[in-house]
Amino acid sequence: MTTIATVESDDTGLRLSRLSAWLVVCFLLLPITVIVPISLTDRPYLSLPAAGLSLQYFINFFTSPDWLSSFGQSFFVAVCAMVIAALTGTLAAIGCWRLGGRVSDGMRALMLLPMIIPQVVYALGIYRTYAEMHLLGTYTGVIIAHAVTGIPYVAILVSAALADFDMRLDQAARSLGASIFQSITLVLLPIIRPAIASGAIFAFIHSWDELLLVLFIGGRAIFTLPRRIWNGINDTLDPTMAAVATVLLFIACLLLVLDLVIRRRDL
Amino acid sequence: MAQTLPFDAPLGKDAGPAGASPAPPRPLAPSGRRSLLAGRLGYHLLLAPAALLLLTFYILPVVRVLWISVVEPHPGLGNYAELASPPVRHVLTTTAAICTLTTTITVLLAYVVAYAITHCGRITRRLLMLGVILPLWISVLVRSIAWVALLRRQGVVNSTLLQLGIIHQPLALIWNELGVTIGMVHYMLPYGILPLVANMRLIDPSFTTAARGLGASPVQAFRRIFLPLSLPGVIAAGVLVFIFSLGFYATPVLLGGGKVIMVTEYISSQIMNVLDWGTGTMLATTMVATVLVLLVLLSRAADLRQVFGAK
Repeated sequence: MTTIATVESDDTGLRLSRLSAWLVVCFLLLPITVIVPISLTDRPYLSLPAAGLSLQYFINFFTSPDWLSSFGQSFFVAVCAMVIAALTGTLAAIGCWRLGGRVSDGMRALMLLPMIIPQVVYALGIYRTYAEMHLLGTYTGVIIAHAVTGIPYVAILVSAALADFDMRLDQAARSLGASIFQSITLVLLPIIRPAIASGAIFAFIHSWDELLLVLFIGGRAIFTLPRRIWNGINDTLDPTMAAVATVLLFIACLLLVLDLVIRRRDL
Repeated sequence: MAQTLPFDAPLGKDAGPAGASPAPPRPLAPSGRRSLLAGRLGYHLLLAPAALLLLTFYILPVVRVLWISVVEPHPGLGNYAELASPPVRHVLTTTAAICTLTTTITVLLAYVVAYAITHCGRITRRLLMLGVILPLWISVLVRSIAWVALLRRQGVVNSTLLQLGIIHQPLALIWNELGVTIGMVHYMLPYGILPLVANMRLIDPSFTTAARGLGASPVQAFRRIFLPLSLPGVIAAGVLVFIFSLGFYATPVLLGGGKVIMVTEYISSQIMNVLDWGTGTMLATTMVATVLVLLVLLSRAADLRQVFGAK
């Protein structure tokens, strides 16, 4: 008797928590789902469509030289920053993994700092530094700042993959006459490639969405997509913004699927 | 802004130094020692590009901010006296209040979600996890646009409630503390949920079963067994969410509408509009100090690697 009763009350508790979990997930998805119909509105302000659907704000976006130029700038900056972060982050993660000890602990802490220290602190510092180096408003400047702050993502993911790597594979390769370089490129890299790709995607997204740094160091020349949206939101609430948001949403979903496929991750 | 990884990825367990593992058999013994040395040098060189990049373009600029706070406009701690001035105090109080509120709500909701995720079937778990992870990939600006469209006076929420006759006046849902808190909780939830899931997955379900078998009610088993075991996860999630909330920029500005000014916005405007580097860098330094203190507390309360799911 008692067992049955307790099992039932257990179920109520669990059911309650599951119900609340679904409610929270609905809350999480609410703004994401609502942005799509809003971008198809036929009215001149941010609202749900009234009489019918309209593609005019997507046409606005795809025919506006300003928006398209920002799209291109963001893509260029993000790809360059991604390559630098992925390359340096992966090499450093491999180095830390093989060296161990204090050097590698220090290096790991160093690589995590950009994720922990509030971005505005770095924004002030890099603004001042770039002002002296004449890097304000240059692609080089923005790319370096985004690459440096993207390193943590690569470092964390690659380190995690390395922790699971079977050291005996490396030893076997070395004992069969492979140099360090060969052992890394022919044995290690193919095995940790999914983690590198995943880290690179994160570094890309980090740069693609980054706002605060580019507000400080973008100068007059660099208007990435986030910066253009920022100005747009502060000026007017043009529904073109919702169309841009929908395009970004679509890209983010593509990247998420890509990441899940690459890592074959079990949620 | 997508910062999923720290919670589902280990912080990089040490595979141990190369020397600690059994040395590979080397038929050509004489060169063995030299190439081992060369090998370690080679691995040091792998660190060089990232280390140089980080030192030159990250550490130096950040250290410089800390330095400016004690030398500009005059050497000394003069800037720090500003902490007591009414406008700065107001900003700090607002920031502390909103961050505390956001953290409390986030951790409470995250706990329930994490509990459900760790106590349900595989398919439900995957769907819930997807719902938690998807928002992490969406730009914070996109979400802010959506919140503005939803919450403003003529927004979707107000017009729906008016049409249904539930309210007769539009509610003030945005451009106040409420709007900022909604937007921040939305952004922070995944950062609360993921470490809690990582923690709860490690709690052996047989503990609660044993408690129940010994006559504890479900509520007792939860309160005296499960809750204490999940406490490190709660602390970790709370501290992380609080740290991330402190540095938040876009959402408070867009959903606060100039009425709710948090410390990051205040610092930016000190530099961009007022050109007061003294106050700006002083507040930045204070932020760094606060974050570091919180991290030390976190590392005392919980094993960081375990919290992040590395074990």
